[in-house]
Amino acid sequence: MDPDVDLRVPRDRRELAAHPVAVLGAIAAGGVLGALGRAGLQAAFPHAPAAFPWATFGINLTGCLLIGALMAVLRARGGGPPLARPFLGVGVLGGFTTFSTYAVDIHQALVAGAPGTALAYLAATVVGALLAVWAGDALAGRLLVRGSR
Amino acid sequence: MTVLLVALGAAVGAPLRYLTDRAVQARFGAAFPWGTLTVNMAGSLVLGAVVGLPAGPAVTALVGTGFCGALTTWSTLSYETLRLAREGGRLPALLNVLGSVAAGLAAATAGYALARALG
Repeated sequence: MDPDVDLRVPRDRRELAAHPVAVLGAIAAGGVLGALGRAGLQAAFPHAPAAFPWATFGINLTGCLLIGALMAVLRARGGGPPLARPFLGVGVLGGFTTFSTYAVDIHQALVAGAPGTALAYLAATVVGALLAVWAGDALAGRLLVRGSR
Repeated sequence: MTVLLVALGAAVGAPLRYLTDRAVQARFGAAFPWGTLTVNMAGSLVLGAVVGLPAGPAVTALVGTGFCGALTTWSTLSYETLRLAREGGRLPALLNVLGSVAAGLAAATAGYALARALG
């Protein structure tokens, strides 16, 4: 299974042709919610070009933690409700997290003459995102096992 | 107004990530997440250009925060890296995440430089 789409999974492969409006509508609606949450947090915690982008850092790590947990839950339930992955995984969490702002903020820190901040932000996001997705998956998996006993 | 522009951009960006991923997987298979790499590079290139121009607040909200923000993703990138680590071992997983960061940074730099040169 994949948070966006995995064409090796029959249900993923068929969903667009079967329910194009519902699937694309769920993704768009979720994407709007996620993006507005991200924009709100970034507006509340702005940063100077040479400073560490804490808002986007927190957004991306939180999104990775939640996608790990979400995918563990959906996997345990045979994929879950048909629109759960499109709405929550592709839409809300895909729209909440952002890679473009991450890449551009690193570049902007370099342009602003802060290579240390750029490198720290680059590395902290990579390590933090991978730890977060692993932790989300592991925690949800443990709770699911406990719940099924 | 800003809220509306961010929403509009995201309503296009998120479905476009999904459709791009489908198209890329149909062409190149689903073993390696080329689709996510594609959208992350494209979004970084465009956002780099938006910042390089520099675009005004309305275009930044619509195209930058809304469209590029929703087109690109860290959540899918991290999950696909975790999946690669479990299915294919550490090397493909490391190549995916570090290659994405290098390619995204190169794309952002190229977009910024292009916009500066043309703008």
